[in-house]
Amino acid sequence: MNSTTTRAGADSSAAEKVSLGEDAPRTYKQYHRPWFFRTFITTEFLIIALLAMVWIWANISVDGFSGPLTVRYLLLDIAPLMMIALPMTLIIVTGQIDLSVASTMGLSSVVVGIAHVQWGLSLPMAGMLAILVGVACGAFNGFFVAYVKLPSLAVTIGTLALFRGLAVGLLGTTALTDFDPDWTSLAGASIGDTRVPLVVVPVVGLIAIFVVLLHFTPFGRGLYDIGHNDVTARFSGVNVARSQMITFVLSGAVSAFAGIYYTLRYGNSRGDNAMGLELEVIAAVLLGGVLIFGGRGALHGVLAGVLLIGVISSALRLEGVTVNVINIIIGVLLIASVITPQIVGGLQRRSPKKRKAAS
Amino acid sequence: MVTHADAPVLELEGVRKTFGSVVALADGTLSVQPGSVHALVGENGAGKSTLIKIVAGLHKRDEGAFRFRGVDAEFSSTADAKDAGIAVIYQEPTLFPDLSVTENIFMGRQPLSGGKRIDRQTMVTEALQIFDRLGVDLDPHRPAQGLSIADQQIIEIAKAISLDAHLLIMDEPTAALSGVEVERLFNVTRSLRDEGRGIVFISHRFDEVFDLSDTITVMRDGSYIGTVRTNETSNSELVTMMVGREVNELYPKTPTEIGQTVLEVEGLNSKGTFHDVSFSVRAGEIVGLAGLVGAGRSEIARAVFGVDTYDSGTVSLGNQRVPKSKPAAAIEAGMALIPEDRRQQGLVVESSVAENIGAAIRKRLQKFGIITRAAENRAASSWAGRLQVKTAAMSMSAATMSGGNQQKVVIAKWLATDPKLLIIDEPTRGIDVGTKSEVHRLLSQLAGEGMAILMISSELPEVLGMADRVLVVSEGHITAELDREDATPEKVMHAATARREEAVERSGKSQTDDLVTAGEVQGDEHSSAVETQAEGEHPTVRQERGDLPRDGHCSGDLRCHSGRHEPEPEFPLQLPRLARPAAHSLHPDGSCHRLSDRHRHAQRRSVGGLHACDHCIHDR
Repeated sequence: MNSTTTRAGADSSAAEKVSLGEDAPRTYKQYHRPWFFRTFITTEFLIIALLAMVWIWANISVDGFSGPLTVRYLLLDIAPLMMIALPMTLIIVTGQIDLSVASTMGLSSVVVGIAHVQWGLSLPMAGMLAILVGVACGAFNGFFVAYVKLPSLAVTIGTLALFRGLAVGLLGTTALTDFDPDWTSLAGASIGDTRVPLVVVPVVGLIAIFVVLLHFTPFGRGLYDIGHNDVTARFSGVNVARSQMITFVLSGAVSAFAGIYYTLRYGNSRGDNAMGLELEVIAAVLLGGVLIFGGRGALHGVLAGVLLIGVISSALRLEGVTVNVINIIIGVLLIASVITPQIVGGLQRRSPKKRKAAS
Repeated sequence: MVTHADAPVLELEGVRKTFGSVVALADGTLSVQPGSVHALVGENGAGKSTLIKIVAGLHKRDEGAFRFRGVDAEFSSTADAKDAGIAVIYQEPTLFPDLSVTENIFMGRQPLSGGKRIDRQTMVTEALQIFDRLGVDLDPHRPAQGLSIADQQIIEIAKAISLDAHLLIMDEPTAALSGVEVERLFNVTRSLRDEGRGIVFISHRFDEVFDLSDTITVMRDGSYIGTVRTNETSNSELVTMMVGREVNELYPKTPTEIGQTVLEVEGLNSKGTFHDVSFSVRAGEIVGLAGLVGAGRSEIARAVFGVDTYDSGTVSLGNQRVPKSKPAAAIEAGMALIPEDRRQQGLVVESSVAENIGAAIRKRLQKFGIITRAAENRAASSWAGRLQVKTAAMSMSAATMSGGNQQKVVIAKWLATDPKLLIIDEPTRGIDVGTKSEVHRLLSQLAGEGMAILMISSELPEVLGMADRVLVVSEGHITAELDREDATPEKVMHAATARREEAVERSGKSQTDDLVTAGEVQGDEHSSAVETQAEGEHPTVRQERGDLPRDGHCSGDLRCHSGRHEPEPEFPLQLPRLARPAAHSLHPDGSCHRLSDRHRHAQRRSVGGLHACDHCIHDR
């Protein structure tokens, strides 16, 4: 054996020779909780269960909720929320936050409007331009957070104002509405003869990409490490700064895409489009069980969180509840969502003990 | 079991305590007779502290019998325990620094004169009486602030006496004391014993256990192992009881064939941290990096690995340049760094064992960019198994593990990268004697298989016992390079305390040679010349050579925190980082011991629940 030994990975021959003690190597169970507990006694599942309950309640007791158009409009409405919640989850998992997403949407809406309506670019070209602007916005945030090491809360609260200011400044108080009707109708179109809106296709695509990215790649594992302990992450070879930069750039790009969709769906380009959406996004992500301090959370919970907010809003609107009251309810849910992980954590800690006592 | 006519002061039987799913104490059994000093020994995590905390009323037991002076006891607070007559003296006394010595003694139960006013005169008189009994000379009016730890402990004992405590529990009281202070404490303890009080004494120093106690109870893994009479047992019997097997070889270094150069560091500079550092590590070689804490050893290692950047110089591994400040590139090149602070740098404690072990090899575990939990678990459990990590499952978080087990997880994580060069910083800090020798055996084995190892350690016996070659760092310079045969504690300690001017003027090696010669010439007498000549040499080093009396009394050296003196003027170096340095020394019996200064202590205790002296139980 010498330094020229080939390094073939985890199960190399060198590994087999290294062991402590004369005893045979120990073997381990993969999980310390049985599948039932680890699947169902989770924050994510709690939100899914809550979503199911609210859904059933709305179907039974809210007039018109069970109608065929409700789901369609629900999906159309929450599509931007759903899209932006994905990169937002990544950012919050690393222990950061991006408050500028709605402003980026607004800027993207203005850029696509000016490029398409005023300059006469085709919509795909205008859209590309808007997404580039979104990437630039994200890179701007990412630069200050990842490389200058400023707190993301401060940076993005600044860019929340900055990007919104640019958006409103570019277009003033006017609205551009003269969009290619082919494209505006596409934003509200359905898949074939079904009532499922076409926007579900890119949304599902994005979900798939982000699920893989967060849960099945070394990059995603690194994000959790960064959220828990960025020193250890750095010692383990995770490129902390680059990972943070990537999450912010993704956030900018997805926000810009959501801004284009928003523009086409409502057929207008205005500087104040999507104002305040960032809070709804963050509420949905936290409601989905992502820890605000970073390090824990899963996308299935976030999806349930987004749907829960969507279902509650649309059901209450059908009930004739005002927007202010809906906001109050979402606020209460948000606070509850920050408390639930602790309750669930307590349940998780208790469950193995009970089993031990029983056995 | 010792039998006495009177009922035991304290009786515990099958006491059990769990925190969530963690069993801290499975079977706590202890019987303390009046007029007896009962030593409680065991490795880290054996459950001693939990047991004490139950007796002190800090924790409530889940099961088991607890009798105090023959009566079933149920304490719901420390005040209850105190009122019943149990006094606990912790390693770190908890006094109010701004109150006077007397006020501290009578805290919370000041004698009152008419009109509910505190009767200061009575307090002072009583305090003086107690001091008289203890044979100590303390000013009852002075504030507690500035008292040495030894004196603070005396105050705690005075408190216990004024309470007329029937049971006195001392939890590693000697960890921060010098020889003379230990002797005084022991005398006080003996006189308390002779008054018929029961005393529980926890210590990791066997010589003290044998010196003071008459009965010894051994605990292991939260369970009672046995009780023996001190004069009927031996060191090795105790160690066997504690560890559950014989710890035969402490530093099982096997000679290895040393191959080609693996790591080559040339002219590494980082302003204000280290200067012109050049060295190499060859295949199969263990190179020890010794020096005082804060000398720049860890910083050099971090720069080599790329966690920190450096200003100039080169690092190459197997003739390939390793880019600077890119840990990922260093890992890719075959470098691994097991950092000194395993909870802050080595582990993501909230994550599972599998995630931790897999953390540095994710790029190799992925297939087409996808990493699965199954792949991670497979790799992790194979490594955890080889290192005998104790865990219920791969999905358990690393947070609740003991220090030794956590260290195994970190080692597994880095061995999984299959490194050519392993840098290991303080490999056995804060881990128990059993795991410690396992780690040493492992290092030896890895070197035998051709791995190049750079080991940083503050424990001199570890460096001398394990390293093929010792590099000594002082103030960011390498001041000596010693081969295994040449490396003696004196040479290492001297080079470690070398002043910068000397180090620059002369080469580190010739300098140490000079001094050692001087030391040898005068070594026979207890010569003060050695003291002046080898200014800055640690008294314990002299002690080991036989220059000092075995009580290890420290005559006022800066780097020794065992004395009462403030570390100030004797050593007028411009070393801001060395102001509170090497919390480390050798124990009189020649075993290793890390004396800690108070800050470190408090910190470590709060962070990992580790006691600074928990890792020093060696056979004499």
